[in-house]
Amino acid sequence: MAVTDTNTDALTIAGKTLSSRLLLGTGGFRSLDALAGALTVSGSELVTVALRRIDPGQHGSIVDVLDTAGVQLLPNTAGCFTARDAVLTAKMAREAFETNWVKLEVIGDERTLLPDAVALLEAAEELVDDGFIVLPYTNDDPILARRLEDVGCAAVMPLGSPIGSGMGLLNTYNLRLIRERAGVPVILDAGVGTASDAALAMELGFDAVLCATAVSRAEEPETMARAIRLGVEAGRLAYRAGRIPRRLYAQASTPEEGFPEY
Amino acid sequence: MSAQSESFDVAVVGGGPIGLACAWRAEQRGARAVVIDAGEPGAWHVAAGMLAPVSEAEFGEGDLLQLGLESAKRYAAFCAELEEPGYREVGTLVVARDRDEAEALDRLAEFRRGLGLPVERLRPSQARKLEPALAPTVRLALHIESDHSVDPRKLVAALKRKVTVYDHARATGLLLDGDRVTGVITPEGTVRADQVVIAAGVDVAKLDMPASARVPVRPVKGQVLRLRDPNGPGLVSRTIRGEQAYFVPRGDGQYILGATMEERGWDTTPTAGGVYELLRDLSELVPGIFELEIEELIAGLRPATPDNLPAIGPGTLEGLVWATGHFRNGILLTPVTADLVASVLNGEPLPDWAAPANPQRFAGVAA
Repeated sequence: MAVTDTNTDALTIAGKTLSSRLLLGTGGFRSLDALAGALTVSGSELVTVALRRIDPGQHGSIVDVLDTAGVQLLPNTAGCFTARDAVLTAKMAREAFETNWVKLEVIGDERTLLPDAVALLEAAEELVDDGFIVLPYTNDDPILARRLEDVGCAAVMPLGSPIGSGMGLLNTYNLRLIRERAGVPVILDAGVGTASDAALAMELGFDAVLCATAVSRAEEPETMARAIRLGVEAGRLAYRAGRIPRRLYAQASTPEEGFPEY
Repeated sequence: MSAQSESFDVAVVGGGPIGLACAWRAEQRGARAVVIDAGEPGAWHVAAGMLAPVSEAEFGEGDLLQLGLESAKRYAAFCAELEEPGYREVGTLVVARDRDEAEALDRLAEFRRGLGLPVERLRPSQARKLEPALAPTVRLALHIESDHSVDPRKLVAALKRKVTVYDHARATGLLLDGDRVTGVITPEGTVRADQVVIAAGVDVAKLDMPASARVPVRPVKGQVLRLRDPNGPGLVSRTIRGEQAYFVPRGDGQYILGATMEERGWDTTPTAGGVYELLRDLSELVPGIFELEIEELIAGLRPATPDNLPAIGPGTLEGLVWATGHFRNGILLTPVTADLVASVLNGEPLPDWAAPANPQRFAGVAA
C-alpha cells in the first residue's frame, strides 16, 4: 500500500520546487546563533527577511547566516504602511538581494499589524506588472484572496491571527473557503503559536506554513523549530491520508458479526 | 604622541571603559600599561549605563547572566576606587503597559524567580506608590532592587585619571613576529608591548590582523535621546523599563531614553522613526516625558557577536588578549572583564563561569 512520502511530496511556487513546507521568518531571534540553529532544525528552504530592518551589505550579519545555510531569501516589505512604500521597498530588495520574489506586506494599523486590503491589492497589481513574483500577506478574506490571485500573485498568504499573537487559526471557516477556491498555493502566514496550529493549517489543505515569532521567542527556539516542522509534516500527511468523516455516535472499530458467543 | 621608542608590558587598543579598566587593573598587578585610543568615542558614549543583569535575564542566555551577575556584584567596590564615577544604587521597575505585556512579564518573572533572582511583583497601584509618574494604564510591574545604573561618560572620565592614554592614536594593525604579537601599529609609529589587549568594540573590524585570529563582531545600531527636566530631578527616581524602551534617571534632572536595536551596518544617523518609537513607547509608561527638553539625540554601534556573549581571554595569537564583543552589556561587564583580563595577562586560566566567553570558541568562524 502506498504511503505518501513527505520527501517527494514537493511544493511548487512559481515554478520553484521546495521539499520543505515550512517557511521561516528571521525576526525576533535573540542572537544570530539562535537563528542559525533554528533554521537548520526547521529544514526550511525559503526564509523571509525584512529589508527595512537589515543592511544587506553588512558582513557577519543575518544575510551571511542565510547564505551559509543555503536557503532562498524571500524579502518582505514589513513596516510599510502605503502601497507606494511597499512597492519602493520591493524594488530596493530586488536590487539588494538579486531576487524578484517578494513577500508583500502593507500594514494598516500599528497595534494589530493587520493588512490594509485596498493598498495591498494596489501594490500587488503594480509589482506583478513589474515582473515580481508576489506572495501577499493578506487577511483571512476569501474574496480578497481571490482578487490577489486574479491580479497575478504567485501564492496567497492569509493570516491565522495577527502577527506575533500566537492565537492560532481564528477563522477556520474563511481559511477553508480560501483554500477551496484558490488556484495558487495557499500559505498560512502569522498567528502560529505552537506545533498544533501548524498541523491544523496543513490538515485544512494549506500548502505551507510560515512562522517566525512562535520559534524565535520560544524558550527553546530550536526545540520549537523541530516541533513545528513535525507539525507541518504531520498535518500534511493527515491531509493526504484523508480523514474519516465526523459522526455523532460511536462506531466500533472491530466488526461484531460472526464472533463466537460465550 | 612620542611613543615610537617606548615599550610596555601591556598595550590596550581602545579607550572605552573596558580598555581603560583593563589597563588600570593590569597596572595594579604591577604591569606597565598604556591605552591607545582613536579619540572617537565608542558605544559607551551613547550607552545609558544600566547595570541590569536581572531585568535582562532571558531564556537561553544563562552564560551571559552569570557574567552579568559577577560584574554587578563587583560594581560598588570597583566604583569606590574611582573619583565621581556616576554610580547610583536606585533599583529598576520593569513595567507592562497592557494585558499582553503583563502576561509576557509574568512569564519572565517566573523564569527569573526560578533562577533564584530577586524579583518583586507589584500591582499597578503598588508600582505607582514607588513611582507616581507611572501612567494610570500600566498593568503590572516588577521591582528589581538590585539593578542599578552608572553614567558611562563619568565612568570613562574617572578611569582616564587612573591610566596612561595615547589619545587620538588610531591603532591600524598588530605588530607581529611570526605568531606572536609584539605591539600595535598606529599611523604615528609603533607601540611595542609584551602583550596586547584588544578592547576596540566594533572597530576591531577595522584593525589589520590575520583573518584566522579575528573574532566576529558586527555593529548593531542604537538610538538614544538625552532629555532634561527644566524643573530638576523628581519625575522618576528609578530606572523604568518597558518591553521596547527604557528610561534612566541620572539624578540631576537628566534622563536617558533608549534604545533602538537596528542591524543597519555602520550607519549612525538618528531617524524620525527611531525617535518616534522611543517617545511613543516610553510615553505610554511615563506620560510626563513630553514636558522634558531634548538635550541630545545620538546613535551608537554596539559590538555584537553571533552568540551575544563577549570575547574575553587569550586569542589564537601569542600575546593577544581579547576584551570585546560586549554587545548591549559593555558598561555592566566592565569590572568583571577587567578582572578577567588582568588574570589572563598574568597567565592564569579563565574561571569556569567565564569559559563561555573564551574567544577561542570562534576559531574557524569567518569574522
